[in-house]
Amino acid sequence: MELPRWNCCGTVHALAKDDVMHHLAPVRVLLRVEEAVEAGLVDEPRVVTLCAMCYNTLKRANHLYRNDSDKRRVIESIMEKENRPYGGKAEVIHLLELLSELGWGKISERVERPLEELRVAPYYGCLLLRPRGFGVDDPEEPRIMENLLEALGAEVVDIPFKSRCCGAYHTVFMKEEAAELSYKILRQASEMGADLIALSCPLCMFNMADRQGLIGRLFRDFKGIPVLYFTQLMALAFGLEEEAHLEENNPDPRPLLRERGLWR
Amino acid sequence: MEKEGKMVTIYVMGKKHRVPAGLTIMKAMEYAGYQLRRGVGCRGGFCGACATLYRVKGSYKLQAALACQKVVEDGMYIVQIPFTPAEKKLYDIEKIRPTPNVFVEHFPEITRCLSCNTCTKACPQDLMVMDYVQAALRGDIEKVVELSFDCIACGLCAIRCPAEIVPYQVAQLARRLYSKYILGLSEEVEKRVAEVEEGKFDEELEQLKRLPPEELRKRYESREIRV
Repeated sequence: MELPRWNCCGTVHALAKDDVMHHLAPVRVLLRVEEAVEAGLVDEPRVVTLCAMCYNTLKRANHLYRNDSDKRRVIESIMEKENRPYGGKAEVIHLLELLSELGWGKISERVERPLEELRVAPYYGCLLLRPRGFGVDDPEEPRIMENLLEALGAEVVDIPFKSRCCGAYHTVFMKEEAAELSYKILRQASEMGADLIALSCPLCMFNMADRQGLIGRLFRDFKGIPVLYFTQLMALAFGLEEEAHLEENNPDPRPLLRERGLWR
Repeated sequence: MEKEGKMVTIYVMGKKHRVPAGLTIMKAMEYAGYQLRRGVGCRGGFCGACATLYRVKGSYKLQAALACQKVVEDGMYIVQIPFTPAEKKLYDIEKIRPTPNVFVEHFPEITRCLSCNTCTKACPQDLMVMDYVQAALRGDIEKVVELSFDCIACGLCAIRCPAEIVPYQVAQLARRLYSKYILGLSEEVEKRVAEVEEGKFDEELEQLKRLPPEELRKRYESREIRV
């Protein structure tokens, strides 16, 4: 179910020692999780995120709140005169972790149209894996997205740049530099024979998909490669074409999928 | 009013005054000799003209209230905020549409919301201001309308926001979009307007006009209020 009264997590974990203000938003989300349990809406204080940035921000704020008593006191004092303080009980998990918990066999059972002969390069970027202890999997040798893609019937293309930086927020003020970083990842995926890239983070999506026009202008050899959220590939494999919303992707992955018999 | 004769000390823009306990800030200021021209309106907590900031001696908290609603406390330092300097965003309601990004397009500063909840704590109407700013951020027009319906645009949320958001203007855009594109025209209102124009109530109104004040008062006080 959707978490009641959720707010924007802030998208970036504040690293400055005295910047406590920016931890309020994620802590407030975690408080809502506890409140949902209290209201009897859910049994366990667990919150699932689809976005890599929410995942990282919430998880790190949770750690900070539990372990840094000084900052916790400051946060509590800013949040005073509200219902109650956050008790530190919420757990943050990524959808990939939930799927892994359900078991890849169960995912396979749901597949109606295996993504056969589709060569997919999983791309993790930074926030799904780093820093160590806050990721969905081992930061050096992650397997979780590979496992999912295999369960969906796809052929996994392992690219060495799968956790290299896409340029992140440099895309705002240094878009050429960010485009170059994304270009290197995209080119490697193409060179290694991937048909498309699967990822989780909306900022990676913006830099690696929506910026392909700019990348094409900066690098003449660039040919373009579709980028999809892993959830879109799940929808496709589960036979939920409409829910995949592939019309929103740029570049359009549908011609390629049609060629492979995976799109009408 | 509390026990007769009890007085408290307040400071209006730094100047000390002794005023009777139990008065509202507005009445206390008038008692102290201020003639209010700005920062006063309906005197009933509906118009939002008398936004006031205050601090009680010994407390670090800056608090917000409507002068016509809040009762004075001993040691209160008061300043009136009759006007909120806020840039007024111009838009043509005929041209904009209720799209998910409409709030971010007109008020990009809402993305700076820290979820600190200071706006909610400042709201004299006890609205969940932060929650509606967050609803605006994700484009949920109906939620913004639902949570902001009782807003009187006093401006205190905007004065207190550390991210310099002007929440009440965001909410006003939501309500305008909602009434124009989502709620649509009301059949009942159209019907009633037609009846008024046809003169259906003219005779009744003429009768009322001729009634003596005592009878009018009696009828007003015993009127039926349907909720």
